[in-house]
Amino acid sequence: MSKNLLIILLPLIGSMIAGLLGRRFLGNAMSRLVTIACMLGALALSIQAFLAIAVGDAPSVREQVFSWIVSGTFKVSFGILLDRLTVVMLVVVNGVSTLVHIYAVGYMEEDPDHSRFFSYLSFFTFAMLMLVTGDNFLQLFFGWEGVGLASYLLIGFWFNKESACNAAIKAFLVNRVGDFGFALGIFTIFMVFGTLDYAEVFRMAAAGHYPGTVQFPLVGAVSTMTLICLLLFVGAMGKSAQLGLHTWLPDAMEGPTPVSALIHAATMVTAGVFMVCRASPLFELSQLALNVVTIVGASTALFAATVGLVQNDIKRVIAYSTCSQLGYMFFAAGVSAYPAAMFHLFTHAFFKALLFLGAGAVIHAMHHEQDMRHMGGLVKKIPLTYAVMMIGTLALTGFPFLAGFYSKDAILESAFAAHTTVGTIAWLMGMTAAILTTFYSFRLVFMTFHGAPPKDAHAKHAYDHAHEAPWSMRLPLLVLAGGSVVCGYLGQSMVHEGWFKQAIFIAKGHDALAHAHHVAAWVQWSPFGMFIIGLTLAWILYVKTPTLPAIMAAHWRNTYQFLLNAWYFDRLYDRLFVRPARQIGYGLWQTGDATIIDGYGVNGTAALVARVAQGLKQMQTGYVYHYAFAMVIGLLVLITVYA
Amino acid sequence: MLSLVTFLPLVGALVILLVIRSDAQAKVFGLGVSLVTFLISLRLLTGFDPHTANFQFLEELKWLPEYGIAYRMGVDGISLPFVLLTTFLTPICLLASWESIRTRVREYFMAFLALESFVVGVFCALDFILFYVLWEAMLIPMFLIIGVWGGPNRVYAALKFFLYTLAGSVLMLIAILSLGYAGHTFSIPDLMKLPLSFAFQVWLFLGLFASFAVKVPMWPVHTWLPDAHVEAPTAGSVILAGILLKMGAYGFLRFSLPILPDASRYFIPFIFGLSLIAVVYTALVALMQKDLKKLVAYSSVSHMGFVTIGIFAMNQQGLEGGILQMINHGIVSGALFLLVGVIYDRMHTRMIAHFGGVAHVMPVYAVIFMLFTLASAGLPGTNSFVGEILILLGAFLANKAVAIIAATGLVFGAAYMLWMFKRVVFGQIVNEEVRAMKDLSAREVVLFLPLIVLVFWIGFYPGPFLNLFHASVENLLIQAAVVKTGAVALTQF
Repeated sequence: MSKNLLIILLPLIGSMIAGLLGRRFLGNAMSRLVTIACMLGALALSIQAFLAIAVGDAPSVREQVFSWIVSGTFKVSFGILLDRLTVVMLVVVNGVSTLVHIYAVGYMEEDPDHSRFFSYLSFFTFAMLMLVTGDNFLQLFFGWEGVGLASYLLIGFWFNKESACNAAIKAFLVNRVGDFGFALGIFTIFMVFGTLDYAEVFRMAAAGHYPGTVQFPLVGAVSTMTLICLLLFVGAMGKSAQLGLHTWLPDAMEGPTPVSALIHAATMVTAGVFMVCRASPLFELSQLALNVVTIVGASTALFAATVGLVQNDIKRVIAYSTCSQLGYMFFAAGVSAYPAAMFHLFTHAFFKALLFLGAGAVIHAMHHEQDMRHMGGLVKKIPLTYAVMMIGTLALTGFPFLAGFYSKDAILESAFAAHTTVGTIAWLMGMTAAILTTFYSFRLVFMTFHGAPPKDAHAKHAYDHAHEAPWSMRLPLLVLAGGSVVCGYLGQSMVHEGWFKQAIFIAKGHDALAHAHHVAAWVQWSPFGMFIIGLTLAWILYVKTPTLPAIMAAHWRNTYQFLLNAWYFDRLYDRLFVRPARQIGYGLWQTGDATIIDGYGVNGTAALVARVAQGLKQMQTGYVYHYAFAMVIGLLVLITVYA
Repeated sequence: MLSLVTFLPLVGALVILLVIRSDAQAKVFGLGVSLVTFLISLRLLTGFDPHTANFQFLEELKWLPEYGIAYRMGVDGISLPFVLLTTFLTPICLLASWESIRTRVREYFMAFLALESFVVGVFCALDFILFYVLWEAMLIPMFLIIGVWGGPNRVYAALKFFLYTLAGSVLMLIAILSLGYAGHTFSIPDLMKLPLSFAFQVWLFLGLFASFAVKVPMWPVHTWLPDAHVEAPTAGSVILAGILLKMGAYGFLRFSLPILPDASRYFIPFIFGLSLIAVVYTALVALMQKDLKKLVAYSSVSHMGFVTIGIFAMNQQGLEGGILQMINHGIVSGALFLLVGVIYDRMHTRMIAHFGGVAHVMPVYAVIFMLFTLASAGLPGTNSFVGEILILLGAFLANKAVAIIAATGLVFGAAYMLWMFKRVVFGQIVNEEVRAMKDLSAREVVLFLPLIVLVFWIGFYPGPFLNLFHASVENLLIQAAVVKTGAVALTQF
């Protein structure tokens, strides 16, 4: 068995052992030991692959594992493709996953269902690895739905909680809506190219070996590439929680916090960005699709940031922040700055996982309290957590020389340097969102750690007993904090021209990223200006005059409610889709099946037969001439018909 | 060989009737016979040459030569999978009935074995009259299984099932007789070569369609299915969903497409329309069901809608997906009915609202239930994914609008299954009776194991299954593309 295959299989093996044997035979300690050992093995191999391919100059690797589905000309295999795009993802996925496994040892200590939790975590990692290492679109889809399943299982991990179960179902179904588009995109690719193999498809696309337009229902003839890319992008929107299909992500916070860090921040939700980068040879051929990606991304970045301003649940703030940052990645991809998108994906994994795990340490310290209004002054109780959270916040908000400073700036500069209308709009939205990002991030820090300790009895009790997390939790926090400081500086070369080699294709003339290195100084430093503005605002509102937010909320009540309820998307979808589906289902059942088909049709026929039989009984008069008359008429009819 | 597989169960039923007196012995003997039948049917698999579309293991005995009727048996890549599915599911059904059937046990096992014989016969028959006789004969044991061992409303359900099917069968008989009269033979391979006029084909198609559509069941002649399922005993539901529903779609594959290709192509929009209604309509109806068995029954209608779409996409992917999905549906819906049966045996209710929090007391059950729920929702890695993706791809290549509407089934299918699963398995225990439920017994786990193996096997490595029917499907595609010149017309009557 090849080493590369082992990277994917080790987490699966760990998952199977913990899942099948953990509860009965191994016990909690052994289950987590096995899964963590498998993860460490996978991580070591991933780093080795990363060093060889990304740091060194080894060529990309392609291995066929086995043939999966063959039907006529439709041939799909399981395969492994390791190029620079993949190895970056390998390190992110296995790195964060390993740390989260370790963190969960402390965080889930009191939970009796230990082995099930670790089994799910490892299963998630396996599916995510399938997603990133695949060499064809169907394997991508396999991993895609696999991580969706893992997300469903982990959001609903505490299946006692009604809200957790509902959030799990919501996440699955919203993602299925995205997958619906994704699947149609895959079908179109097969129809146009006759294969789903990346290399083949990209080769033919580059050579222009495809029809320019295809017929599609409702819209008629459309540009082939635009159609394919937009359908794929629908899938990406679902998985990466972009505006319109984002509603599942905030609810997903019902899951345990390590899950939020791994799946709903660092890895799974970035799959959409990965997919767009992977399919860059296709996206590059459709300007319209790229513009859509840019606009959707920028809108999401701004939208989610506005909602993040007023949330009180510590995890929801970070969730909306994730949603917003994913928007940044998409509009970077939309202006053809795919390397910048991947770079931000890479740095974001560090600081966002750090923020979530730090929030988990806060929640752990506060006995499962998540409402920031019941927190405050925690800096004295948990200084280490405060320190790492502060590093994460600074990294996210783009404080100079920390991770986000490099990656977010690369995105904004690219959008500016694109010199297109769409790019400029995205730049403006991104800059505005940058102020909001700093504001809500420091609002979180100030509300949680600064100010006076909470007053109400329950929260005060929790505050009094607040304590630093155990070492199993502290270690991952420290590693991620270190990463958040240095990964931006170390990863810079990623945005240099041609670093991704053949893994990312950028068409001639799409040189936003190349120009981004030469933008004027004011463009380079304006994100830092946004940081100063956001920080000042947050300081005024939450440190200097902490009574002000409540006054403002009361004054602009409607705006506040609008933001608090996340622009009422949930309510809208409930009225538009959920309730009608149930009403129509009920109507079809009771009216369609019971009344019409069974009532008039089946039972109606039975009743009719009874009535006709009654009538026929009357006709059996016993008089011969009646029968004779009927025969004559019958003969006449038959002759008329057949003559 | 085929006759042995076909009639061994019937002989077993006769032995129970004549020799065995005790219920316990009848159970063991019945299960033994069904297992032996399964083992013998595996020999068919090893002896089968998948590289040819020809009928294999041919048998022919004179019956009524003056009418062109003979005892003709044979299988190809399309029928063999269903023979195996039948011999595979029957022992599982018998084992599932081990404790839940307490009255007239001998008769129950006899009925089941007889049913197996007739169904296997249906799939092996290469003579249209023989096919028809077995097709009708199969109704009797099924009618008895529902009508004798069913639930409180069993007589209504059994009659509805019987009359619905019979109404279709009458029209099919007329079609068969006119076809045989026109071709001077009832040999199915010979009839495939018969050059029928288009108008004649249309009438024959409608006659056969009446019977097949009821069996599939297609909308709007599906309403017998939920009633039959709800009243049938667990194993009855398994065999009904697993095998009997497949006979309708098999009919399309064996008769409509190769014998009546012009009419089949002519009716594609019609079939697509009905199938799409089935996919969407019954999925929405399934969403609102309060009774677990009704929910699974409606989901069957929705999934079989996929199958008919695949078949009438008339390309390699659609047809292979359709056939594979029939097998998948037999496995998955069979398992789902077994799972419902497990909790029904414990609580004697199938109402979703009576459950909740089952995972707390039955963790093993919860895992297995989850697995089949996901398989039903077509998750990659499970068998249904392979079937659905092939069907949708085939449909997309044939007609994009059809594929798009059908693909919404991916969302609806996940919705009703996951919502049901949440209400039954997750949450807190509200009903105290749930707390008293015991997890799966060893016997019950054994029931599910082979099904679980197949779910993953087909999900990850469907090659051996698809290989069985590659050649036959290719041949079928050639047959279905033929434009018949139309020498044999309706006016000859």
